[in-house]
Amino acid sequence: MNKLTVSQSPHIKSNQTTKNIMWAVVWSLVPAGIAGIYIFGISSLNVMILSVLSCVFTEALFLKFRNRNPKTVLDGSAILTGLLLAYNLPPQIPFWIPVVGGVVSIALGKQIFGGLGQNIFNPALVGRAFLQISWPVYMTTWKNPRWWPDAVSSATPLAKETSAHFSYMDLFLGNRAGSLGEVCVIALIIGALFLLITKIISLHIPLSFIGTVGVITWVFGKDGFFKGDFIFNIMAGGLILGAFFMATDYVTSPLTKKGKIVFGIGCGILTAIIRLRGSYPEGVCYAILFMNAAVPIIDRFTKTQKYGFIKK
Amino acid sequence: MKKLLKEFFKGIGSENPTFRLVLGLCPTLAVSTSVVNGLGMGVAATFVLIGSNVIISLVRKSIPDQIRIPCFIVIIATFVTIVELMMKAYAPELSKSLGIFVPLIVVNCIVLGRAEAFACKEGVFSSLLDALGMGIGFTLALLLISAIREIFGNGTLFGLLIVKSYEPVLYLVLAPGALLVIGLLIGGINFLARKRSTT
Amino acid sequence: MDLSMFLSVIIGAIFINNFILSKFLGLCSFIGISKETKPALYMGVSVTFVTTCASIITWAIYNFILVPCHIEYLRTISFILVIASFVQLVEMVIKKFSQALYRTLGIYLPLITVNCAVLGVAVLNSEMFFKPGLNTLTSFTLSALQGFCVGLGYILVMLFMSGIRERLELCDVPKSFKDAPISFIIASLMSMAFMGFSGFRF
Repeated sequence: MNKLTVSQSPHIKSNQTTKNIMWAVVWSLVPAGIAGIYIFGISSLNVMILSVLSCVFTEALFLKFRNRNPKTVLDGSAILTGLLLAYNLPPQIPFWIPVVGGVVSIALGKQIFGGLGQNIFNPALVGRAFLQISWPVYMTTWKNPRWWPDAVSSATPLAKETSAHFSYMDLFLGNRAGSLGEVCVIALIIGALFLLITKIISLHIPLSFIGTVGVITWVFGKDGFFKGDFIFNIMAGGLILGAFFMATDYVTSPLTKKGKIVFGIGCGILTAIIRLRGSYPEGVCYAILFMNAAVPIIDRFTKTQKYGFIKK
Repeated sequence: MKKLLKEFFKGIGSENPTFRLVLGLCPTLAVSTSVVNGLGMGVAATFVLIGSNVIISLVRKSIPDQIRIPCFIVIIATFVTIVELMMKAYAPELSKSLGIFVPLIVVNCIVLGRAEAFACKEGVFSSLLDALGMGIGFTLALLLISAIREIFGNGTLFGLLIVKSYEPVLYLVLAPGALLVIGLLIGGINFLARKRSTT
Repeated sequence: MDLSMFLSVIIGAIFINNFILSKFLGLCSFIGISKETKPALYMGVSVTFVTTCASIITWAIYNFILVPCHIEYLRTISFILVIASFVQLVEMVIKKFSQALYRTLGIYLPLITVNCAVLGVAVLNSEMFFKPGLNTLTSFTLSALQGFCVGLGYILVMLFMSGIRERLELCDVPKSFKDAPISFIIASLMSMAFMGFSGFRF
């Protein structure tokens, strides 16, 4: 067992368990969900329920088939995956898309690697990227908020060809088209604050991620050097949702503080590049997936040194 | 006779180049977006395999051991060039969609692998059968993968629409889909093989 | 000859058309040698060296011999011969001059001869950079650059993959999916992440 490495003391003991953490994250996502239902109507709720059910069902099926403890289906991780997947989908999507997405998320994103704690990529994002690539038309047909005159639009504020103007207040409150869980920034921030106060997530990844996106879109914005609208870029896409709730996933992010900052900056650079130069309007999902793949390497190069040992 | 038949069938089943030996993957994955492409590639590779295996087996006694690999490569490359030119002349459409993967048959591990492992040791007739078996095994694997990708990823087979209201999974015809399909297929075959060996 | 052309070759070869993940060239070595980080890195460096040199040499052959004599159809046969002899030569030179280097890289070199990435980049160069309107110098620089960047893209993916596979050693992957199948599935997901770069405009 020379593959098992033990890090040096001091070790901290706490009463955090996987189950507690998962459920806490689920609770922290509730405000954004309520906002999504309020803004886009009841169809958002349908998407959430279908996605969660599909994830839980797939998880249960795998656990049964592989003779693992069936009780772990309720540890909250499958529910969390389903919820995050739903938050990344347009609110009026055909019913079978969240169902397929849930199966793909759990099967390809998680269980094929051995289940909870062993996946390389964020399961919800695996599902979402799969859907985006497979059915691009459905995944980019957005619904406007309930109170807007025309129901269906095809552009989020980030879309490159859009000419519509959004005030910062619109973006902050979620008065725009977009994925059902990403639009209401204030609700997401309430959830994130809860996670920060209970010390479930730390600020390293979100801050370095959002900061990098901000700096790059400010420097290289479309209005010229140092004139980009970085506040718009931070609030307009899925950045807040991605940075606080998906990039911080314990399993798929680096272990050390240094590693987390490298990870966040990497996500930020990729997101900004894709937004500014790529063909997709939004890059958060691909950026996080890309950096997920780099996590083992980042961990390898940011290992904490043992005190008193001389580096060879 | 029995031995010869064994040489022929091992390429299709127990030593299938794609699923059991995991060789020659680059063309398998790249051209399996449609059944027509897969079939074209399979036939081209089979032709090269047969040609090179027979010639190498014929001249095997006169090739010095130290420079055998370069000699093999020259023989293989000759056949690949023949295929390349023939395809350009008689099937320009196919040649265009297979692109650089036709010249790349030269470095297909199956071809060199059979030359090195079989044709340079065995007689002409068994080399021919070995090449034929391997070629057919490779073609069948290509057909299987490309059929899965075309049916589910495009909703068609041989370019014909199958189910009308089906929403094709575009993922499968794109690059990541090839890797996914082959991963799941090899995993599934491993699973079946293990199941059979336990019962 | 402008900057955007160079940028598109660099980004294209490393990310958008990554040889392993979207062109499927060099897959055998990718699956075979990505179990641990160190060998993967050495393999990557050797491949980069060979693709760069091979791009330069095959460019010269195509430009100075095949095109003037109108024997472009001998491309495949001449390229593979040149690559094979070049790799052999490098192996001999390394063996002669540095035993230590030979011991670390030596075993990878023979594998590179039949690595489709090397012949692939040579063939691709001859198809991409011999269009009318490109002068000799641009075509040469772009070929060499593409050779080098293809190698860089190879190293990047090899590093990611080997890191992931080292971690997978401790994971409870279903038995039938151990090794090759799970590697393909990871590669598929990585390829999906790389698709975020598709359609770059410069």
